[in-house]
Formats: sequence, C-alpha cells, structure tokens
Amino acid sequence: MNAILILTALGTIGTAIAAMAGRNLLHSVLLLALTWTGVAVFYLWAGAEFAAFAQVLVYVGAISMVVLFAVLLTRRSRDDAGSSPAAQGRALSAIIAAAAVAGVLLGAILCSPLATLPRPAPAVSVRQLGEELMGSYAPALLVVGVLLTVALIGAVVLAAGDRTGQPEDNP
Amino acid sequence: MNPLELCLLFSGLLFAVGLAGALARSNAILVLLGIELMLNSANLNFIAFWRYGPANAPATGVIFVIFSIAVTAAETAVGLALVIAIHRHQRGIRLQESTRLKG
Repeated sequence: MNAILILTALGTIGTAIAAMAGRNLLHSVLLLALTWTGVAVFYLWAGAEFAAFAQVLVYVGAISMVVLFAVLLTRRSRDDAGSSPAAQGRALSAIIAAAAVAGVLLGAILCSPLATLPRPAPAVSVRQLGEELMGSYAPALLVVGVLLTVALIGAVVLAAGDRTGQPEDNP
Repeated sequence: MNPLELCLLFSGLLFAVGLAGALARSNAILVLLGIELMLNSANLNFIAFWRYGPANAPATGVIFVIFSIAVTAAETAVGLALVIAIHRHQRGIRLQESTRLKG
C-alpha cells in the first residue's frame, strides 16, 4: 500500500523537477502533463476517483493543451537561456529559498503527532457528490460558475487585444 | 511510516519544486506552471486529510478539490491570456524585460 504511494510520489516529483529544470519549453510542458497524471494516480490511490477523473480531464486534457498552444504562439528563436550569470544566480537563490521552505515544511510534518486511525476510505459515489453539490454547496457552485464565466470572458478580451484602428482589419 | 505523513511529505516536496521553478525561471509560462504545481500540492493535502483525518462528512474533501480545480482552471486561462498579451506588446515573454510598470 505504501509502496505504491512512494513510487507515485517519486515519479511525480521526478517529472516535476525535470520539467522545471529543463531547457526546452515543450519538453517541460509534456513532462508536466506526466506530473499531473501522477497526481491523478495519487487521487485514485487515496480513493477519490471523481477527483482523479476531474484532474485528468482538466489538467492533462485541457490545461496542458492550452499551455502548449501558448508555448507555440509565443515561441522565439532565443529561448529561455539559463546560462547567463544573472540567471544562474537567480536559480541558485531560488533553490536555496525552496530548500528552506521544504525544510520548514518537512520538519513541521515530521515533528507533529499525526495519529491516523486505520479506517477504510470514505465511500463517496458520484450520485452523492452531485446531491451535495446541488444541495448544501449550491451557492458555492453558482459562484464558481460565475467566476469561470467572468475569467474566460476576461481571458478572451485580454488575448484578443486592441484591434481598432489597424488598417488591415478594415479592408 | 504513517501514510498521512507520506502524503504530506509528497505534497510538501511538490510545493518546494513548484516554488523553485516559479522563482528561478524567467519564462512567464514556466512561472505560471510552477504556480500550478504549488496549487496541485495544496489539492494533495485536501485529499490526504480527507482520507486519513478525523471522520467528517464523506464528500467534503472531494468537493473542495473540485472547486479548487475549477478556480485553478480559471486562473490558468487568465494567466495565459496575459502571457499572450505581453508577448504581443513586447515581442517576448521574459519576465526581466517586463518593466513597463516600474516606477
């Protein structure tokens, strides 16, 4: 049981490190799709099947494709060069800061008494989730719907840009 | 080792990797992806405490994760639209060159 979790965690963190350290942006995005798949495997391991399916649909399916489109649209010949001294210094200080944060987090986790009861995973069906979402969480669901609508309309407006006054638009 | 501790260590390490990526890289898309990794590690914590924490309503953790994923999707859409807008205005998405708002 724990071996599956450790394998999933090692694979996920390894692909995340490779994605964040890589030179090629396309390889980074594809490795991050693998990372998100690893997170979905963790959800399946923990017994949250619906969250795993949502993770695969939203992250692996939608977000990685949108990020790939953005990478291809904004591609330049001069890539994200990591060889200049300023970039190396920034990377070093970033790694030091992240290691400090990781040290604090891991110390806090290992020092706190986390007594877990050996109980089975809470069985939650899709029907139950739907009834909860439409019942006690209905206001939150409405707010999330409004948020998604506003954010997507805003994204379209931002990405479409200001095209008035350009002569090639008025032939 | 306690499975809850293992889950929390997993999410803590994933958070650290995302933080390092968001701080170190100068490409705006990679910074956004580092932030996505940090949000994902928060979702891992939701599921870990739902699975191993004290007993509560059975669907709470999954519903939290679903809402979090929805908000993250909205954030990513706006972030990538901003990246495309920056690219159009200054022909590049290196964050060091985005100094137009500097006082």
